[in-house]
Amino acid sequence: MKLAYYPGCSGHGTSKEYESSTRAVCRALGLEFAEIEDWSCCGSTPAHAMDTVLSGALAARNFKQIALTGAEGVVTPCPSCLANLKLARHRMQDAAFKARVDALLDSPTVENAEALPETYSVLQIILEQIGPEAIRARVTRPLEGVKIATYYGCLMSRPADVMQFDDPENPTAMDKIMEALGAEVVDFPLKTECCGAAMGVARQDVTGSLSGRILATARSFGADAVVTACPLCHMNLDLRQGQAERQMRLKFRLPVFYYTQLMGLAFGLPDETLKLDKLAVDPAPFLQLVARRRKARIDAAAEAARAAMEKAESEEGAAS
Amino acid sequence: MASIRLDQVRDAGFLHEVEEESGQNISTCYQCGNCTAGCPGAGFYDRQVSQIMRAVQLGLKDEALRNRSLWLCLSCSTCTARCPNNIDVARVMETLRHMARREGLVQDRPIESFWKSFLDTVKLTGRSFEIGVMADYMMRTGRGWGNMDMAPAALLKGKLPFLPSCIRGRDEVARIFKRYAETKKEGQQ
Amino acid sequence: MKIGVFVCHCGSNIEATVDTAEVARIALTYPDVAHAEDSMYTCSEPGQDNIVNAIKKYGLDGVVVASCSPRMHEQTFRRTVERAGLNRYMFEMANIREHVSWIGKDREANTNKAAELVRLAVEKLRRDAPLHSKQFDVTKRVLVIGGGVAGIQAALDCADGGIEVVMVERESTIGGKMAKLDKTFPTVDCSSCVLSPKMVDVAQHPKIKLYAYSEVESISGFVGNFTVTIRKKTAYVDWDKCTGCGTCTEKCPARHSPDPFNECVGETTAINIPFPQAIPKKAVIDARYCRKLTTGKCGVCARVCPTGAINYEMKDEIVTEQVGAVVAATGYDLMDWTIMGEYGGGRFPDVITSLQYERMLSANGPTAGHIKRPSDGREPGVVAFIQCVGSRDRSIDRPYCSGFCCMYTAKQAILTRDHMPESRSFVFYMDIRAPGKMYDEFTRRAVEEYGVQYVRGRVSAIQPIRRADGSLGYILRAADTLLGEPVEVEADMVVLAVGIEGAHGAGELAEKLRISYDKYGFFMERHVKLAPVETNTAGVYLAGVCQGAKDIPASVAQGSAAAAKVLSLFSRDKLENDPQIAQVDIKRCVGCGKCVDVCPYGAIKKIDFRGQPKAEVVETVCQGCGVCNATCPQGAIQVSHFTDNQILAEVNALCQF
Repeated sequence: MKLAYYPGCSGHGTSKEYESSTRAVCRALGLEFAEIEDWSCCGSTPAHAMDTVLSGALAARNFKQIALTGAEGVVTPCPSCLANLKLARHRMQDAAFKARVDALLDSPTVENAEALPETYSVLQIILEQIGPEAIRARVTRPLEGVKIATYYGCLMSRPADVMQFDDPENPTAMDKIMEALGAEVVDFPLKTECCGAAMGVARQDVTGSLSGRILATARSFGADAVVTACPLCHMNLDLRQGQAERQMRLKFRLPVFYYTQLMGLAFGLPDETLKLDKLAVDPAPFLQLVARRRKARIDAAAEAARAAMEKAESEEGAAS
Repeated sequence: MASIRLDQVRDAGFLHEVEEESGQNISTCYQCGNCTAGCPGAGFYDRQVSQIMRAVQLGLKDEALRNRSLWLCLSCSTCTARCPNNIDVARVMETLRHMARREGLVQDRPIESFWKSFLDTVKLTGRSFEIGVMADYMMRTGRGWGNMDMAPAALLKGKLPFLPSCIRGRDEVARIFKRYAETKKEGQQ
Repeated sequence: MKIGVFVCHCGSNIEATVDTAEVARIALTYPDVAHAEDSMYTCSEPGQDNIVNAIKKYGLDGVVVASCSPRMHEQTFRRTVERAGLNRYMFEMANIREHVSWIGKDREANTNKAAELVRLAVEKLRRDAPLHSKQFDVTKRVLVIGGGVAGIQAALDCADGGIEVVMVERESTIGGKMAKLDKTFPTVDCSSCVLSPKMVDVAQHPKIKLYAYSEVESISGFVGNFTVTIRKKTAYVDWDKCTGCGTCTEKCPARHSPDPFNECVGETTAINIPFPQAIPKKAVIDARYCRKLTTGKCGVCARVCPTGAINYEMKDEIVTEQVGAVVAATGYDLMDWTIMGEYGGGRFPDVITSLQYERMLSANGPTAGHIKRPSDGREPGVVAFIQCVGSRDRSIDRPYCSGFCCMYTAKQAILTRDHMPESRSFVFYMDIRAPGKMYDEFTRRAVEEYGVQYVRGRVSAIQPIRRADGSLGYILRAADTLLGEPVEVEADMVVLAVGIEGAHGAGELAEKLRISYDKYGFFMERHVKLAPVETNTAGVYLAGVCQGAKDIPASVAQGSAAAAKVLSLFSRDKLENDPQIAQVDIKRCVGCGKCVDVCPYGAIKKIDFRGQPKAEVVETVCQGCGVCNATCPQGAIQVSHFTDNQILAEVNALCQF
């Protein structure tokens, strides 16, 4: 199936590093997507908070743009775009709803609602089309000896009947990828707990306490870093980590990566594609930890090899 | 405060309206409180989700619509995912939010303002654009300075472009908003 | 032929939407109808007397009653016409209640439909012939399937009544779920102290033959004469020699086998006797974990056994028993709660089921009666109980209440306080269902005397936390719906009151018994109110939770009720068959044998008739289902009382226009 690529607005602003690393990782894995011409905003939370038909129409304009690429489906890295596009298609299966959406557009979408493009997350495509084994095979610099908390947020697999991906209570897609990269995944209980979403602008007390709880729990389970697949979650956990620290009166200093950045690191992709410098919480201590663990392993292996050689030599000497 | 006279429910058709618009069968709710229990925003609500569901069951329109909780809802759908009676509770909350706007009962202006600012930016450029949204929001509300602490870091890291990336089809997007405004006006007449 | 028609008002049940007088008036125009009238309650004593009098007064040859479903009163009216000297099969019933008055509001349309159904019955009755039952002998032995408390009660009551009992139990010991319980509500008396003597009675009763570690393989035959084959599963131990001394279990080196009797709390040995009071107290080898049977190397048990009972070459054995009735008492299992990801789906070590907790509380359990966290063996300070896990939850298709969880949760909370006076307990509930004798008082005691904190609200999620000392804690995210606020509890251990379903394999057994069952594996009773012990198959009765959720007293009561049914069946020396059965027209039969193949009861055999192959019906085995009738290419088999002619006459009566 030919798939189009929908980057989402934040890819051009606050989540440039996600956009760039996603493209790099997909290229490295041989995943190619058709670019959508002149895509527009999906409407995000504000649109469906105000009106479902308006939200549907903002998504549906993109369905028409996607059709121009000749693709049957579309992938997006952003869970919020994913949810909006998926939900719009889901609701447009109802003819009355589709008619109201079409009435807001310059020209209506395709007559057959089933022919509207289905949306997938990049995460789902990587997991289902590439798989952990192929990812493991591509790793040149494993993330050895580090513990990762995988944080999925609330939108990736909910509502389950629409999203049709992963376990809504205990998703494991990123766990499998992180394990394939050589990292240890902690049994993180707040995988799908909400981070405060778009409330950060108007109510930092809400995002601060919710994100603070997530970060504190990740710390208590011994995580060295958190990974996420969502620009909004990332903003709340990384860029707003200071606010969360003030709210909780705790220091976290917990680096928060996009999962694609860690994949890129393990694949040895160039720094300029991963854009680790865009992260608010300094990732350097984490990277140094990986390097120290790697060195320790190599040293130990070398020591073991030397000892084995000496033992063999001394046995040879004793025999002769 | 006087007791609520349940036999003189103020709006008997309200439950039916909510069920119709949300597509949910609210009579199946047996008030187990699971939606409130799992709600990440519950600690900030002035009326809990399960209480709002109860108000709808009793046809108490004002209690269901006049609260800040509708605006603090994060749309995370945890309530929906765990409802033992298959009610899409998040959908009900969303429906009530739309109803509250129509009835002029919005209880949290700043949150509504943020949404409006976001959509205005989309209307203008075809995409959302952080600095545009923030500027619009601060002009609307005179608030938002609390976010300034992270602006330097974001700017420094080149995460906040000053200029929007206007799309060619932005007029087309603007027309979506225009037609939407028209249908709403028709609806009100 | 003279036919009488009686149209019942059923109070207002029928009369409210059917003009019964008009139906009677129309009926008089039907052929052979000599008398027709409407009556208030036809099934009442005066209603029946009225029929008897009319038969005599008008010299009637047959009677149609238009009233309720034949499942309700066909037998009643057959006896009525018999009282007046008619053959009981010269009677037909038109269902104008369930099929007419209860389902339609249009009085005129209803009246027309009722009149047509009466016409149908009249046309059938005109072609009815008197039928006579055959008598056959009864095997006065009963099969009891399942050795839980319900099956034990049924077996003992039957045996005390002088009936031979064959009991089949799937596990290696009888006792069922009750044997796993520490204490019972509402008296908090010791479960095994009450049950063990009854188990011993089963073992020692001269009239009871116990097949433990056995399963019913197949059942054929009919009420009074069932043939049962039983698979005695191989225990790898010769039970005639085994004395239950336990030496083998002490010496067995495979010490990490799962322990199903203890609900897999802790481990056991591959050769095992489930608990000290087991009946029969015999060892069984779990072949999946036995070193000798998996690797060929070991044989310790064979070496230490003082009676030489171990036999690694043993195979399953099939035995056959003849019985006249069956009591199904197969109990329940917990539903698979691990589908509930919000409670960890089985990943959190200290989140356990109430049955596992029961084993921990029990002195003969794996922790010797000490409450210990599986994660670190420490005594929990805060224990949280969550009710309705997999009950009253339509999101996972479990809409029903499991009946007894409210009560045992209260009991376990009380026992927790008894075991650990310093501990605190929280019970998350939605409603407290305690309608039994002394039950509500019991749950109140938990609150008032034992200080158990009841919180009305379903728990949304259990979220583990890692404490500063490295130990695990569990945050329960809940709401106190009475307070109207979200609440949290940090617990050391969580006990889930998991909902129940029919025992695994219940559906397959129901198919063998030819009884109905629902999608949750519970067997269907014949009538939900008036025949809760019988099934739709004559001679098969139900006892205990296999029929639906019930507690110990109710299970025992139903066990006794099932025994009473068996004893009343066996009080007759001969049973009569239902003469509405298949009959072969020997001239038309070509002996093709298709009927023999399709008969689900094995009631047709091929015979040689003057050198020609022919089919013959065994009259006492045939159940009159009609499959042979529909299959026969020659139209040579007819079911008495439902002949092709009668059915076509009914169709013609309906298709007059």
